[in-house]
Amino acid sequence: MHLSTDIFIWIAALLTLCIYSFLYKDNPFYKFAEHLLVGVSAGYLFVIYFWNNMWPNLLIPLRDGFGILLTEGRFTGNLAALVPGTLGLLLLTRLIPKIGWISRWAFGFYFGAFQGIVITGYMQAFILAQVYGTFMKGGNPVFSLVLMGDFFTRPAWGPFVLAVSGPLMIAGVVCTLTYFFFSTEHRGFAGGVAKVGIVFLMIGFGASFGYTVMARVSLLIGRLQFLIRDWLGLIS
Amino acid sequence: MRRELPLAICFIMGVIMTVQFFIPHRYSQWLFENMLRWLIIVFTFALILGILSLIKLHIQKVQYRRRDWLYSIVALTGLGLSLVTGFMKGPESISEGQPFMTLYNYVQIPMQATMFSLLAFYIASAAFRTFRARTLEATLLLIAAVVVMLGRVSFAAIFKDLSLGFSTWVESWLPGFAEWVLDYPNMAAKRGIMIGIGLGAISTALKIILGIERSWLGGGD
Repeated sequence: MHLSTDIFIWIAALLTLCIYSFLYKDNPFYKFAEHLLVGVSAGYLFVIYFWNNMWPNLLIPLRDGFGILLTEGRFTGNLAALVPGTLGLLLLTRLIPKIGWISRWAFGFYFGAFQGIVITGYMQAFILAQVYGTFMKGGNPVFSLVLMGDFFTRPAWGPFVLAVSGPLMIAGVVCTLTYFFFSTEHRGFAGGVAKVGIVFLMIGFGASFGYTVMARVSLLIGRLQFLIRDWLGLIS
Repeated sequence: MRRELPLAICFIMGVIMTVQFFIPHRYSQWLFENMLRWLIIVFTFALILGILSLIKLHIQKVQYRRRDWLYSIVALTGLGLSLVTGFMKGPESISEGQPFMTLYNYVQIPMQATMFSLLAFYIASAAFRTFRARTLEATLLLIAAVVVMLGRVSFAAIFKDLSLGFSTWVESWLPGFAEWVLDYPNMAAKRGIMIGIGLGAISTALKIILGIERSWLGGGD
């Protein structure tokens, strides 16, 4: 056993134990770590956004823009940064109840522009790309008579899986969408298709669950490794 | 005026950003790139707003000695430490090896990872209590979950050590089957859900741009 002598390893280990203490029940150690995490995370997020975005895209352009304006007396494109800067300051009026309504101008700008980007962005990434991915894989159509022909000429498990997987994907997407389509009653043919959709959804949820469990377990293993190896030095 | 002007700004910006996508011109591209930058700047101000609200909330808790007020001091201290270390050396502060990154690597990352790993216990206990193969759908969910979990673990090595006859079968078949489940039936359901999410997000965006959905304006006049 080679106990770590690094103060930061000790801090990390004790905070890890504080959070694991929640497995027993909610207690002051857990609350301490929880509140510390909230404070540190909020600060971290702001600092990162400040140095990566606000500093290069707002403060430096404004400094340069005003520098040129004051020394050479001409306006430059850098001063366009005044627009988001002013909108950002307007956003802060929300802290003053009397003039808080002014922040709506900034929110209007933000929401409008963002939703405009969402319409085209989501259309591409969530609809067109998914429809394309349903029918094509690696630039080839998934519903392929060639693959089916391969299976009939060489009947084996591998070619069979290759031949049916594509059509299964198309059927799965259509059935799942039918399940979510509420403009028609789920009866008769539509009801049957929707039921098959539920089957696909259940497999999807099960797979997602399994995937999530494995991700969490791998995090748990990582933390235990840290405690046993890096902190206590019980394993090398 | 207090509600109409923001709605008008929202409508104009929404239309401009939607239309610019269909104009293949360098000015249109310039507008898009700048707008993304501007939106991030406004978002950073929103973060300031959030942090100021957080500070206000915790200071009030300490001031009026509300329940668990001592923990508010911990939260404020954590926030203060992050901000001080994050700004004390200018842009250099966020480089590796600086106090800010030490705080991130030895305080935030371990706690965040531990917090998420806690879910391994709760998710397992929830699964144990609720996973019952009562119906066809529940059975499928159970089988898919078990296949994906086992497929991602090197169980084959264990079986090999035990010299069980089906070790080769497990080794070759299970990870492949798990991969197939993830790539086809699971992906089919995911694509259906994603198309639904896309349609939902677009319709919500249209409602916001057209002023039908106004909850973002908040209360008051």
